[in-house]
Amino acid sequence: MASVSGENAVTVALTLTEQLPGLQIVVPLMGAIVCAFLRRGNLAWLVATLVTWSLPVISFLLLLEVQESGPISYKMGGWAPPWGIEYRVDQLNAFVLLLVSSVSAVAVPFARKSVAVEIDSDKHCWFYALYLLCLTGLLGMTITGDAFNIFVFMEVSSLAAYILIALGQERLALLSSYQYLIMGTIGATFYVIGIGFLYSLTGTLNLVDMTGRMEMLGLTDAVSPSMLAALAFIFVGISLKLALFPLHAWLPGAYAHAPSFVTVFLAATATKVAVYLLIRFLFSVFPTTAVFSELPMSTILLVLSVAAMFGASIVAIFQDNMKRMLAYSSVAQIGYMTLGIALANQAGLTGGIVHLFNHAITKAALFIAVGAVFYRIHSVRVEDWAGLGRKMPITMAVFALAGLSLIGTPGTAGFITKWNLSLGALEHGYWWLVILIMLSSLLAVVYVGRVIEIVWFRKPVATIDEARSPPMTMMVPLFVFAVAIIWFGLETSMSAGYAADAARFLLGGGGS
Amino acid sequence: MFGLSPEQLVVAALIIPLIGAVAILLNTTRPNMREASTLVTAGILFLVVLDLLFAVSGGARPEVDVLTIQPGLSLVFRVEPLGMLFAAIASGLWIVNSIYSIGYMRGNNEPRQTTFYICFAVAIFSALGIAFAGNLVTLFLFYEVLTLSTYPLVTHKADEKARAGGRIYLMILLGTSMVLLLPAIIWTQFLTGTTDFTVGGILGGKASATTLAILLGLFVFGTGKAALMPFHGWLPNAMVAPTPVSALLHAVAVVKAGVFTVLKIAIYTFGTDTLATTGASDWLVYVAGFTILAGSLIAMTKDNLKARLAYSTVSQLSYIILGAALANASGILGGGLHIVTHAFGKITLFMCAGAIYVAAHKTEISDMRGLGWKMPFTFAAFGIAALSIIGIPPLGGSWSKWLLTLGTADAKQQIFIVVFMISSLLNVAYLLPIVVRGFYFSPAPSETPVEAGGGQSGIAEAPFLCVFPAVLTAFGCVVLFVYAGDIVAFLTPLVDVGKEVSNGG
Repeated sequence: MASVSGENAVTVALTLTEQLPGLQIVVPLMGAIVCAFLRRGNLAWLVATLVTWSLPVISFLLLLEVQESGPISYKMGGWAPPWGIEYRVDQLNAFVLLLVSSVSAVAVPFARKSVAVEIDSDKHCWFYALYLLCLTGLLGMTITGDAFNIFVFMEVSSLAAYILIALGQERLALLSSYQYLIMGTIGATFYVIGIGFLYSLTGTLNLVDMTGRMEMLGLTDAVSPSMLAALAFIFVGISLKLALFPLHAWLPGAYAHAPSFVTVFLAATATKVAVYLLIRFLFSVFPTTAVFSELPMSTILLVLSVAAMFGASIVAIFQDNMKRMLAYSSVAQIGYMTLGIALANQAGLTGGIVHLFNHAITKAALFIAVGAVFYRIHSVRVEDWAGLGRKMPITMAVFALAGLSLIGTPGTAGFITKWNLSLGALEHGYWWLVILIMLSSLLAVVYVGRVIEIVWFRKPVATIDEARSPPMTMMVPLFVFAVAIIWFGLETSMSAGYAADAARFLLGGGGS
Repeated sequence: MFGLSPEQLVVAALIIPLIGAVAILLNTTRPNMREASTLVTAGILFLVVLDLLFAVSGGARPEVDVLTIQPGLSLVFRVEPLGMLFAAIASGLWIVNSIYSIGYMRGNNEPRQTTFYICFAVAIFSALGIAFAGNLVTLFLFYEVLTLSTYPLVTHKADEKARAGGRIYLMILLGTSMVLLLPAIIWTQFLTGTTDFTVGGILGGKASATTLAILLGLFVFGTGKAALMPFHGWLPNAMVAPTPVSALLHAVAVVKAGVFTVLKIAIYTFGTDTLATTGASDWLVYVAGFTILAGSLIAMTKDNLKARLAYSTVSQLSYIILGAALANASGILGGGLHIVTHAFGKITLFMCAGAIYVAAHKTEISDMRGLGWKMPFTFAAFGIAALSIIGIPPLGGSWSKWLLTLGTADAKQQIFIVVFMISSLLNVAYLLPIVVRGFYFSPAPSETPVEAGGGQSGIAEAPFLCVFPAVLTAFGCVVLFVYAGDIVAFLTPLVDVGKEVSNGG
């Protein structure tokens, strides 16, 4: 009797394991629906938290399985690819799934108190439903192996994000949301047009199938006009989504006016998934040799990345609104990720991919710190923060630590990125690029240093009279991210190690 | 002494200052307990370092692999004589300086003393990390921690001037290290596949003489803490810090970390033979020579005592850089010895400057006329240390200058003997007048009415805790004259490559 039920349990577990790719999407989607039917904000938060916490478990199991036995193919609804939709998990998106799900899981407790004061109480349940919907979209874009399915999930996540941003307290939030909506829609449209060209060229929407067909058409190192058109539309479309300089205009407003938790969530995950898509298309869908040898893709990306690193950092220096300053900093940091793509070699790509993760934890810590301060003093203007270091020492210490990671000080996660990017640049003989990477970090010293100085070495102002340590639901995520910043600066088998695996996979077995 | 193996001693030496920092934090509200924590920590640390010193002197080269961050990027500690010497100086003078700090900070009723002592302990921790670093990456990590932990000390006063000084401090030190030093380290990693400090160097034969010269340039200018011109501006600006900070950090720990880094890179990354045969360091001799003279000349124009001492430091640091650039035995040994002798001399001068500030609230040299008879111990200590900096026997400074002069002769760079002579004369011209003014000039007439009431001829020294440490280190300058030979013998493995290899093996 016992043995039979034991066997049953094993079978159930086995089936569950097989269904992991599907569960990664279905669980948050169901969570969103449940939240939408709830009436009590705290309960919705609890559901959202539990659902979010289950996701890293799934993605971690997926990652282990990929490491063990190579890419996983999952037939959604049992329909065989290339006609049915295939979920395909390999070294690259297993890493991105883990990144998105785990960063969300750490950040979500922060939402409770923050949302309670920033959102009208009758909208709390909707808020959490939309958050889970947005998360579903992001995970879906990452996990799916179907070009059109990517578009569907892109719209799911974007529409949810537009509403989440519009829930911000200021009236400018509406304008920012509208700007993002326009730009995001253009981006998505461009992406679909590009997919159209690819479909006319290959007759398939399955990403793996596309690569195979392009090889069959002899397009591995030559470029055909329709392929060029497809590449151009997809590149511009995704670049809008990832806020590649100079297509970043929507980002600062959206981050600055969204509710604090939405900023934390989007800054840590949304652009990262878009960068993942760019990597996916450039390295494993389009033939790598054609893109990087026949076309000046490296040069274009290199110039835009460096422009982002400097342009956005310089603008960040002159911002008085902390959220806007960090948003410009994000545009600059995205430059490091695309720089890694432009370098297109093992060390460089490792640096670019690991920066997805390193920047996610760094920016999450910074925006949570800002959100915690806003919760106490209701201001994100840096002048109102003078002397805050003595009132909220732990929050400001974590802010300083994350700032150091942004700069790339050794011992923090940011340093690992710089080290790998620089090695990648030297492999090309681009010694000047190494100097440029370092000079741009110096700009981060200026904008981070300015805040540190005001917060720790200025006389306290009246606005901070009420300030004291934030509640535990904010303190714990802050603390976890702080530990992560140091941990992944010193022990990188989980970050740079997986990123290096992904880079090796893309450069070795991927496109060519 | 503690029954620990050399490896355990290395770990202990690094952990003790951190434990001290926590103890200081826990005693925020109990000033006496807090200061006791600093003193006890410093005392235990020095004993541990001393124990390690004997082990290293006996030929031990303890190595501790902390962790591998990623392939080619690891944290390793490996103790060799030069680093051991630096660690001993930094930790030994921390005790003296802590006693002085207590006198100074309480004498001036300074605010935020807990932060002050914590940052100090962390700074010592990073100095030890630099001293024991087994590769460039580890050294760089602690180099940056040292910059960051001393920044709050520079801005301690939190007024506009202190904030501006802190900004310059941070921008020059972080800037040079990130834009020049880090690329140099990554380049070294790229060329050789390692950043380990290896006897005989790792760059020999890996790159052309021109490349090596450029790489050396990135390293020495990137080490902004060595204050080689034109990246010396942070040091005078750092003088807005309380004087104990100037004394221990900006005369000993921070600046010596800089020149120590330069020496270490010359010996263990390039290798003195590689530098000598390729001539990659020839240009550096001239830049260092220029800094020696220019630093001294600027020092002469400064009326503010701490500013004058700061420029004197800029000049003296380049003696050590010049020793490294000469790339021969006398140069290296002279440079290593000068780290010690200058440390004792300059910390004394700064502690005297602080004592004068505490007792008489004077910062400008022109106001110090006749002060010597009021503060005889302070001015006597100042005089002894000044003579040591100038390089007059029987004081420690004479030996290191002698060795460096020998080094220039060995390298056939006799012109620099002239540079040394001129610089020594300049030292006389900017240091001795302070003592002469103190003892032989009558107090300025404008001040007489103010102080007429209170015994003008009586002694008005700073608190005992401020004066005693200065007298102690001044005495150290004399002792160093006698024991300089032992220090040179301790450092000899650096230049005697064959012997070192057989010891290590």
